[in-house]
Amino acid sequence: MYSDVVLDHFSNPRNVGELPDADGVGDFGSPVCGDYMHITIKVAGERIADVKFKTFGCAAAIASSSMMTEMVKGKTLAEAAKVTDEAVAEALGGLPPQKMHCSNLAADALRVAIADYLTRTGRGAEVETIVGPLPEGGEHGHDDEGGDD
Amino acid sequence: MRPVYFDHAATTPVDRDVLEAMLPYFTEEYGNPSELHALGREGRRAVDAARAAVAVALNASPGEIVFTSGGTEADNLALTGCLERFEPGHLIVSAVEHPAVMETAKALARRGWDLDLVPVDRDGLLDHEAYERAFRPDTRLVSVMLANNVVGTIQPIADLARIARDRGAVFHTDAVQAAGAVPVDVKALGVDLLSLSGHKLYGPKGVGALYVRRGTRLAPLVHGGGHERRLRSGTENVPAIVGLGAALTRAVEHMPGDGARVTALRERLVAGVLDAVPETRLLGHPSRRLPGNAAFAVRYVEGESMLLQLDREGIMVSSGSACASGSGEPSHVLLALGLPPEEAHGSIRVTLGRENTEREVDRFLQVFSPIVARLRAMSPLYHAGA
Repeated sequence: MYSDVVLDHFSNPRNVGELPDADGVGDFGSPVCGDYMHITIKVAGERIADVKFKTFGCAAAIASSSMMTEMVKGKTLAEAAKVTDEAVAEALGGLPPQKMHCSNLAADALRVAIADYLTRTGRGAEVETIVGPLPEGGEHGHDDEGGDD
Repeated sequence: MRPVYFDHAATTPVDRDVLEAMLPYFTEEYGNPSELHALGREGRRAVDAARAAVAVALNASPGEIVFTSGGTEADNLALTGCLERFEPGHLIVSAVEHPAVMETAKALARRGWDLDLVPVDRDGLLDHEAYERAFRPDTRLVSVMLANNVVGTIQPIADLARIARDRGAVFHTDAVQAAGAVPVDVKALGVDLLSLSGHKLYGPKGVGALYVRRGTRLAPLVHGGGHERRLRSGTENVPAIVGLGAALTRAVEHMPGDGARVTALRERLVAGVLDAVPETRLLGHPSRRLPGNAAFAVRYVEGESMLLQLDREGIMVSSGSACASGSGEPSHVLLALGLPPEEAHGSIRVTLGRENTEREVDRFLQVFSPIVARLRAMSPLYHAGA
């Protein structure tokens, strides 16, 4: 069900934690829905100098958080904001279809953190151009209930 | 290291002796029980013997046992087959039924039946007052599971069945998790219909049985040659039926010893988990539960993550979290217990069986606490409660 890359990032997640003096913070998802991410970034010279995550969620949520941090470190804010959830999933070697929607939220969480950085530094007007429309709170639909045993 | 299998509520291995009993019916005694020749007669004899064995195990008569393709079909036959002969009225099921009952009840509701779901308390026991209040003059059928598949709570079926029968309703119980694990005596329970499944009690998959108390009228769901007293057509799955008979007989014979041993293992595991992992609680009733079931809610972490980390250590368990179930919702059973969704996402179900050992329980205890600690360290929810 999960690729080896997913299982590797799930078992040995990169960049776990919280940056003490973060320049931007992004919270995305919902504990009620089972996936919730907390992203902190440091920005230097318009680039993501450092990024750390904390994630409550399943293997897909943890692995996509970990992969996202690796993909965006060193990128400019504009480049990082263009990384999509689909690109993260692709870098992971794919995710099961039912996880694409619910658990693959890391890129969205990062965009919330970048927008937070821009707002904090008085560049709120640039959110639209650099980040684009912000993802909505992390609410997501649900499929039918599955069977058991 | 040998893998540790702690998912007996999902399925069990086929007992070696049971497999031995089944084997001749694949290649040597392969006759169709409906045929009159020697091979057919041997098939019939084997099916009759298995039927008698199941009847003895349940304190029923052989004529009251109908073999099916499994627990799900037995539940479908019980509910739909029973209600087929009435004009749509009212039916009652508990809020914690397995999907085999729950989805069948919902399908009946789509066909015009009024469906009432009776809530449970936080231990998983049926709300007795709500149950009594739910009855109407046109209540035709009640279905309450004997033991729950997620949290293991055992319902007071004898009381519930008596109330239903006093009100003129047929009473069905899904005993798929209970049969083979705890005593199931249809006369003592006073039920009209009872479902069980082979693969939950060290028998094969693809076979189950429905107890139909004499005088309880059912309509068949599967039409054809009139097998199983016209209630379930289709050539009998002779090897699997033989396996079910042998497995249930073996389970009942060894129940006192196995039950005590598995209960002791479970108590060791529960005590160990609650001792080592803070902010974790046992789900289900503390004592009125299946011997092998230990279900927990572990705060701040997600169930599938725990399940997969344990799997990497060679330990197989289950979870009621949305992710582990492959759907968007956590188990409806956990929500019915009043668990907030974020805690329901952090559920884990360990179900022990008779081949498990103290060593295996200790190995689980050794790895579980560090796994939870590691996942909590990366959980953004953890600092809030720590």
